[in-house]
Amino acid sequence: MEHAIPKRLKRYGFLTDIRRNPVSYLLVLPALLYTIIYGYLTLPYMVIAFQKFNYTKGIFNSEWVGWKNFEFFFNSTAASMVTWNTIKLNVLSIFFGTVVALAFAILLNEIRSKLFKRISQSTVLFPYFLSWIIVSYIVYSFFGTEHGLINNFIERLGGEPHNWYADPKPWTWILVGLSVWKEVGMSAIIYLAAITSIDDSLYEAAKMDGANRWQQIKSITIPMLMPTVSILTLLAIGKIFYSDFGMFYAIIGDNGLLYSTTDVIDTYTYRTLRTSGSPAIAMAIGMYQSIVGFILVLSANWIVKKVNKDSAMF
Amino acid sequence: MNIRIDLFQSVNTIFITLFALACTLPMLLVLVVSFTDEQTIMQNGYSFFPEQFSLEAYKSVFSSNGQLLQSYSISIFVTFVGTLAAVVMTGMAGYALANRQVRYRNRLALIFFITMLFNAGLVPWYMINDLLGIKDNIYALIIPSLLFSPFNLFLVKNFMQELPESLLESARIDGANDAYIAFRIVFPLSLPVLATIALFYGLGYWNNWFNAIMLIDSENLYPLQYLLYKLQSEINMINQMQGIAASNITAPTESFKMAIAIITIGPIVFLYPFLQRFIIKGLIVGAVKG
Repeated sequence: MEHAIPKRLKRYGFLTDIRRNPVSYLLVLPALLYTIIYGYLTLPYMVIAFQKFNYTKGIFNSEWVGWKNFEFFFNSTAASMVTWNTIKLNVLSIFFGTVVALAFAILLNEIRSKLFKRISQSTVLFPYFLSWIIVSYIVYSFFGTEHGLINNFIERLGGEPHNWYADPKPWTWILVGLSVWKEVGMSAIIYLAAITSIDDSLYEAAKMDGANRWQQIKSITIPMLMPTVSILTLLAIGKIFYSDFGMFYAIIGDNGLLYSTTDVIDTYTYRTLRTSGSPAIAMAIGMYQSIVGFILVLSANWIVKKVNKDSAMF
Repeated sequence: MNIRIDLFQSVNTIFITLFALACTLPMLLVLVVSFTDEQTIMQNGYSFFPEQFSLEAYKSVFSSNGQLLQSYSISIFVTFVGTLAAVVMTGMAGYALANRQVRYRNRLALIFFITMLFNAGLVPWYMINDLLGIKDNIYALIIPSLLFSPFNLFLVKNFMQELPESLLESARIDGANDAYIAFRIVFPLSLPVLATIALFYGLGYWNNWFNAIMLIDSENLYPLQYLLYKLQSEINMINQMQGIAASNITAPTESFKMAIAIITIGPIVFLYPFLQRFIIKGLIVGAVKG
């Protein structure tokens, strides 16, 4: 029996597989075509990072300029600024997002009323359903200079209204706060699922030894959640070079006064392509992002594999 | 001992209630402002407790030009058609990748998986849409970025792999072909996961404005979210919608914008109690079987 199978495998070519499963291959075809177009046929366009790209000449006839586009970007002050902002905002969002979601999941798990538990879990999921544009309206109604709620409040207390949309400093924290606010319900669901799967006998044993709720959380729940936490964190770190364009462009948009703390690689690439109209430089920045991003994903996955083999992506 | 536990419970309840309020009150502010008299806003700014309520903003919205209605129909059409196509495409591909009869299924899966690790970025994406003529037409709102996500594909594939193989095997012995097994057995049994990805896709389409900002120029193709973006970033847009001269200062502007924002999220707020259950269930299924 063991000898027969490898022999059959060898002669089993790709075309034979298609002939034997025509329906399955037909069913996968639309998604495959889509992926080939958007995931693979896009790759050749990356060469324009090395060209003085001209729309009318196309990628075949544009002039080659070597590393000039990269030099242009890396010699500008923007390069270090957008890289630093991207990493800084992501690290802070990952850290606070994890801590808040974890705290919320643990506390919610301690609630005894089923109804209250369900309602609060649903409620914190609400921001997840809003678009970033709607969120930008909310931000505006809080931080708006003339009519915003916060300035309103400051004035009532007799203070001077602050021009929030002209002061870059607080925006690091506003953006981190917003990303935590919007995503926390989603992460909390995952942590709650992980808490539910913890063996009840551990808590029973702890109670027998006289452990109170707080001691049980500290010595059982948190340590048991650590594998999930570390894996989700590592996977998030793999994506640290990318930002949510929708969030940044909806809330900050083209407000240059705030760029020093809020401009990230994605928004900078977008403006290089659309506003300054230089696709070649935009492509050079995009390539920098893709390659560093790829290395980060591979490294994150490598570490995940060391921690827990089953949780690795590949 | 009992008293201590109750103290913990009540502090915890208060804490969670505050947290839940923080997630909903900001949206309530937008709602209240949309019902606030424009003069009151000018004098006192935004407030949860305005001195003077008013329906002016909504009257103004409903008597505005057809742009809002047009954007609404664009968003509904795009969300409906896009979600349907995306779910069908993802479900079908998921079946093939989960089908143990297909020997090259893992290599096929790899083709999809690689795109999750490395992508060429914004510029080539823009160029390929340009090349295919997916620009300033309805396809530009449906096809790029949203129509298919490998992440959802793997969610579906994992779910379908867990279906009992003996069930499919016995159908095969009875002479059922792949098409019958896929459409009559596997897809009906996979409804929970298909509903979950339908929700992700649907929300993605409804809230998307990236495709519009990149590929749409014509105003009659603006989806709702992009209209909202334009209202926020271009002052002229409000006057244009209200059909009045820019010098007319009595027309509501602040409350007008907020009223449109409220009207935009209407469907989500009504559907949300049903939708969030699917998300919670679907994610837990995905997390457990991951």
